Amino acid sequence: METLLSGVSILLQWQVIVALLIGSIGGVIIGALPGVGAAVAIAILLPATFSFEPIVGLTLLLGIYGSSMYGGAIPAILINTPGTAVNALTTYDGYPMTKRGQGHRALSLAYSASFFGGVFAIICLMVLSPVLALIAPQFGSREIFLAALLGIILVVLAHRGQIFSAGMLAAFGVFLNTVGLEPVKYTRRFTFDQSWLASGIDLIVVVLGLFALSQAFLLLLEKNHAPQDTHVNGNIFAGLKELLGLKRVATVSSSIGVLMGMVPGTGEFTSQFLSYTYAQKTSKDPEKFGDGSPEGLVASEAANNAVPGAAMIPLLALGIPGEALTAMMLSVFYVHNVIPGPQLFEHQMDFVMALYMALIILNVIVLVFLLFSTNLLLKIIQIPTRFLGVMILILAFVGVYSLRNSITDCAIAAGFGVFGLILKRLDLPIVPIILGMVLGGIMETKLRSAMARVKTPLDFIDRPIAAILFCLIILILILHFRTLYFEFKNKLRPEPKVPAVDSDHPNQQG
Amino acid sequence: MIAKTLQDMFKRYRRPGDVVFAVLFMVFSVFLLSQLGEQTQVVKRTKWFAQPGLWPTVAVWCMVLFSFLHWLSSAISDRIDGRWSEVGFWVRSLEYVAYFLIYVLLVPKLGYLPSTMLFAVFLTMRSGFRGSGAIGIAALFGFVVTIVFRGFLQVKIPAGAVYEYLPDSVRAFALTYL
Repeated sequence: METLLSGVSILLQWQVIVALLIGSIGGVIIGALPGVGAAVAIAILLPATFSFEPIVGLTLLLGIYGSSMYGGAIPAILINTPGTAVNALTTYDGYPMTKRGQGHRALSLAYSASFFGGVFAIICLMVLSPVLALIAPQFGSREIFLAALLGIILVVLAHRGQIFSAGMLAAFGVFLNTVGLEPVKYTRRFTFDQSWLASGIDLIVVVLGLFALSQAFLLLLEKNHAPQDTHVNGNIFAGLKELLGLKRVATVSSSIGVLMGMVPGTGEFTSQFLSYTYAQKTSKDPEKFGDGSPEGLVASEAANNAVPGAAMIPLLALGIPGEALTAMMLSVFYVHNVIPGPQLFEHQMDFVMALYMALIILNVIVLVFLLFSTNLLLKIIQIPTRFLGVMILILAFVGVYSLRNSITDCAIAAGFGVFGLILKRLDLPIVPIILGMVLGGIMETKLRSAMARVKTPLDFIDRPIAAILFCLIILILILHFRTLYFEFKNKLRPEPKVPAVDSDHPNQQG
Repeated sequence: MIAKTLQDMFKRYRRPGDVVFAVLFMVFSVFLLSQLGEQTQVVKRTKWFAQPGLWPTVAVWCMVLFSFLHWLSSAISDRIDGRWSEVGFWVRSLEYVAYFLIYVLLVPKLGYLPSTMLFAVFLTMRSGFRGSGAIGIAALFGFVVTIVFRGFLQVKIPAGAVYEYLPDSVRAFALTYL
């Protein structure tokens, strides 16, 4: 109770309240703009938050992270263009509902399901906190090393059909993290006698290049377009009542979102597809899925909104980010010398509680904002994409240049901008690079400290959690190769005459 | 038969230009591998897990292995048309890189506010919006960004050298907030 009250007092600071308001409403607008997304906004704002208190900076970024998916549902439902990539599945059922004249119903259901998923995840977090506080201290160097290794493996394997590229890009991320003066023996690594490489390649410079600058270049170069004018009429509150009739789908989808959110490297996409498949298989009207099924819409939105809350679990409890956005947030912790991990739960539980409560409040703010301002948002999102590119490029400059006032940083970020543009055009994953950089650094430090007490290889896994993590890694690899083997065997059989369901991606393989 | 088996094993979803990127990344990885001995050091009386070269070695070998497999899967798949027009698209992005770097160089000289407003207006016109409304909005956007980030959030961006020539009454204000 004392921790809870202390958390409330942290949250009641005016700076936190302002950050919460700006983050949540800003996040909705950013999410609703097709072509921007939370990653771009967080990358741009990251350096600006370094001058704030950690709770203020994190609340602002969490606000954007947690609310962008609410906003992303609006263009997905009304104009068949997902605002953020994770809203792609929402178009399947949301847009057909709009075509039938039920746009307000679809939006209302999406908001209600998103709210349910978001709050469900935070309640799970709060309930799990005492358990986490008990388990987290059991994680020593070797456990954190194995968890980070598991994270990298999962990130690579999660990119089905792009495993080789995900592997090479994750390795590239690990490599980038090693460039510069090595901090223990003070030797230079891959600096090529260049002084600008001696201080290493900053994660934020890479993040800004890969996410923000690449998106700006892409928007400036591609054909200009803007969402058409739309207006929604009807009672937006009705979905709250309708959701009660779909509580089973909402609860199971949110639970899947929480589980997937906790596992590094899986995130929104996997949770959405699992929830959608579950909802379809257990529905009385499975044939309506993809043609305006309220259940499909609820499954997709509840699952993706449960992920941000759950993604905070590995970040806060172990200091291990599961995807790019939490990796960016990790740098806010480090800048303020707040080290996420077991100690955070032991010594700063009030800080953790304040973050959880901020997440709940942001969901309420967003829901209230959306119920009254959907039509206003529909006007805002009509910004032409090329003008959005101009805006992102100008804002990205603030992010890169304010770090160290370095022209070299700007040039490196621009280089990564072009690299990110190529990856986006080729549909190759960017996230493995960021996670490779962060998790590579964690693995290097933790292996060094863990091995000091290890005499034989078996000593490394002689503690229960280390043994469980090691077995998990082996199991995941075995299962993956087993799946590959069966897929390969099936491919050698005569090809079926019926066209593939996913005709856009006929060459997908694990 | 071997070719068919390889194709079945490695076929994947691709877009035009994939093989060019695959080759470039593989060449880059092999180059890094060739530099491993030069660019990392072996420290005496230090165990393998604390050697500075351990993680670069792991990373570069993984890059070489995966980039080879990535190239292989691209090389044995059917050719997709439009490879060089896609490469041309990548090269065209260098134009905006150049504008961005000119803007970066201008900020410490002209000052954040004037350079940002100029850059916003120039890019808007370059993007095809030539109307006075669009130009006005671009200038306003540049102004608001400067005020929010430098004036309000006090983000670390140096004052412009030209601000020194402003009259005394405005100079201090410009040096701090613009």
